[in-house]
Amino acid sequence: MAKKKTIRTIPQERTPMREQGPGERVRNFGEVACGYRLEEALREADRCLLCPDPACVEGCPVSINIPGFIRKISEKDFRGAYDVISAANFLPAICGRVCPQESQCEGVCPVGETLEPVAIGRLERWVGDLAITEGWANIPYIESNGFRIGIVGSGPAGMACAADMAKAGCEVTVYEAFHQPGGVLRYGIPDFRLPNEVIDAEVERLRRLGVKFECNTVVGRLFTIEQMVDEMGYSAVFIGTGAGYPKLMGIPGDSLNGVLSANELLTRCNLMHAREFPAYDTPLPIGRRIAVIGAGNTAMDAMRVCLRLGAEKVHCLYRRTKAECPARAEEIHHAEQEGIEFHWLANPVEVLDDGKGNVRGMRCIRNELGAPDGSGRRSPVPVTGSEFEFATDMVVFAIGTNANPVIGQTSKLRLDKRGYLEVDATLATSMAGVFAGGDIVTGAATVIEAMGAGRRAARAMKAYLGIRDADVADFTTPAGSAAKLFGIDLRERNFARIRIA
Amino acid sequence: MPGARAGSGFEIVSREDFSDVTYLLQVHHPLMAKAARPGQFVIVMSHEYGERIPLTIADFDRNEGTITLVVQAVGKTTREMQQSSKAGTSLYSLAGPLGVPSRIGQAKKAVCVGGGLGVAPIFPQARAFKESGAYVIGIVGFRTKDLVFWEAKFRACCDEFIICTDDGSVGIKGLVTEGIRRTIEKHPDIDEVVAIGPPIMMKACAETTRPHKIRTVVSLNPVMVDGTGMCGGCRVKVGGQVRFACVDGPDFDGHQVDFDDLMTRQRRFTKEEKAALERWSESCRMKNPAAPDSPPSPSPAPFSNNSSNGLPELPDPFEEVEGG
Repeated sequence: MAKKKTIRTIPQERTPMREQGPGERVRNFGEVACGYRLEEALREADRCLLCPDPACVEGCPVSINIPGFIRKISEKDFRGAYDVISAANFLPAICGRVCPQESQCEGVCPVGETLEPVAIGRLERWVGDLAITEGWANIPYIESNGFRIGIVGSGPAGMACAADMAKAGCEVTVYEAFHQPGGVLRYGIPDFRLPNEVIDAEVERLRRLGVKFECNTVVGRLFTIEQMVDEMGYSAVFIGTGAGYPKLMGIPGDSLNGVLSANELLTRCNLMHAREFPAYDTPLPIGRRIAVIGAGNTAMDAMRVCLRLGAEKVHCLYRRTKAECPARAEEIHHAEQEGIEFHWLANPVEVLDDGKGNVRGMRCIRNELGAPDGSGRRSPVPVTGSEFEFATDMVVFAIGTNANPVIGQTSKLRLDKRGYLEVDATLATSMAGVFAGGDIVTGAATVIEAMGAGRRAARAMKAYLGIRDADVADFTTPAGSAAKLFGIDLRERNFARIRIA
Repeated sequence: MPGARAGSGFEIVSREDFSDVTYLLQVHHPLMAKAARPGQFVIVMSHEYGERIPLTIADFDRNEGTITLVVQAVGKTTREMQQSSKAGTSLYSLAGPLGVPSRIGQAKKAVCVGGGLGVAPIFPQARAFKESGAYVIGIVGFRTKDLVFWEAKFRACCDEFIICTDDGSVGIKGLVTEGIRRTIEKHPDIDEVVAIGPPIMMKACAETTRPHKIRTVVSLNPVMVDGTGMCGGCRVKVGGQVRFACVDGPDFDGHQVDFDDLMTRQRRFTKEEKAALERWSESCRMKNPAAPDSPPSPSPAPFSNNSSNGLPELPDPFEEVEGG
């Protein structure tokens, strides 16, 4: 390596990513952010200080060796960069696009203390996209170990778990309720943020690892979790079904026509291609003046989908302020650019009927911020007498989800008070051999957190099955060597059987 | 194509036409045949570009490994399926069995009421009541004699069986509510009434039994997308609470359901449904200008006798309450 880089010697400005202009992009579903070109990626890679004790790796839920892959980019060993990423993350093209990097790796990047942090997400995406176009896939030599793993849900948690278990030599089958795999990546995240081709490519890569996908399979109803470990002979099962039971506000008028959940809007548009109606059969009538309630990533997606489907004006109502809103910074920025109008500290109390069962408006109330609540954010307090009417012909609720009840209804797995699956620190459920992770355990979170959970569950499953590989040894301390002696997991020094069942 | 089963699909092993709008499909799916219980439904996509529609499982045969769907051709998708879904062809997607199975409780005397598209799905319930040892009274409603189907099947599992027709061509002249009224007069000891059909018919059934305080279960079938609780499109108001028909139902207490709300919500996509049907009918005409043999026999295609404006009559499924 050449002279040591310092904060003074690196390019000071963060390399911008080319984007479709707001005026143009609201008329299509093409990706907003176009990705780096080679020279842009090299320039941005040059901004990384290659810290010896990298904070970003700690900040990454799947502990990607971030300086490692950035160094490979700088060395123009792009395949090497992909190898480094794919050791920890099988889906870089997806994560580079949808991770909230500002609160993870980039949030702790030392460069960010003085300048803007290194654009780690953009670099990861660049490598991921290159791997897709070049057809790279790190298919290791896999020796079958005879274990059969059943995975429920083909979303990010299930895919991450499937990748790890397949690489460990297990025969993995992923069950998906919809007719196409991908889970929330497919039905939830719109094409302009995550193109379907990227999901297809990542799914295909899993197939090449030997993972089987079985669509149209509603586990719990077609067969139960108990049947999977019992008569179907799965050695272990991972449940990653997602949260998915949309919340409604429970206010008068919320069953009027023109009121729908963001989940329904996005599913119709993304999975069912309602935007191509009538070439595709699923309709999605769109209002002219739309109000989206909530300001998370789902709300941002819903609003921007509405614009692209031809809405004249899209408004966002959020009960707190911009400072508290949970969406990714880039998404809010994009939404603002596209002309979404934000109404902070406003909340509907009633949806108004036009007399024919359709929405004609909402009665709303203004809030002010009160004391911090359980989430640490200041809670919204309604201001008495501040009610106002808001004209709208379509209301979309993007205010979160509750636990999906299907697995709870059909199995004896223990649930917590809110209906989510109860797991211990290793993500093991109350049933031996059954693990769970992602939104069905934590409630609605992010793609990368679900992937992280899928990987942690995979490590626990390997330990449970007595499969020894590098990942198992890493179980307790992801970065360190304290738990290992001559490459042997310290827990394996005794003669206790690791496999319990 | 990313679909895991794309290309293979779910094979239709047999088909039967009951009338020019009602047809039966028997689909090969051994796992589902094993898992299905009365009251459950499936989500079907007939082809890759199709929409996901909920259909109640009308019967299942665990030995043959098949499930039976009875479909009424009312909109674009169901009419298109009427043309394309023949024995030997496949459905692109079939997910299920969905919903909470019907509670076949300790009822000693049960009345099973089916009207219109609800006649077929009431059958497994009647059979289940019979198998649980109950005295079963079946009441089914049709517009006219020619539309009656499965009479022998029903008679085999019902202790009493009443057919109601709008024109009186067979059985009682009148709606199924007339049949319920007479049954209640004759049997003061009815434990449970199960009614399946169009919302307005289920509403009428619930109103008929309400004064007698007879437990009345209805099976709701609103517009759905995923059928697994994820979209909330199928939400209904039951006892003042919002419930999702797909995972909390489809069975609910008929005396608690807000049917007016349900019927309003069923009109959500009227405009789009009409547009899709018109466009499809047009494309059928373009493909088969003569169109003498393109519609499946024995049913004349609904669009071949279209009205003067060149557009098909779109039956409103909620006005067309045969037997309701």
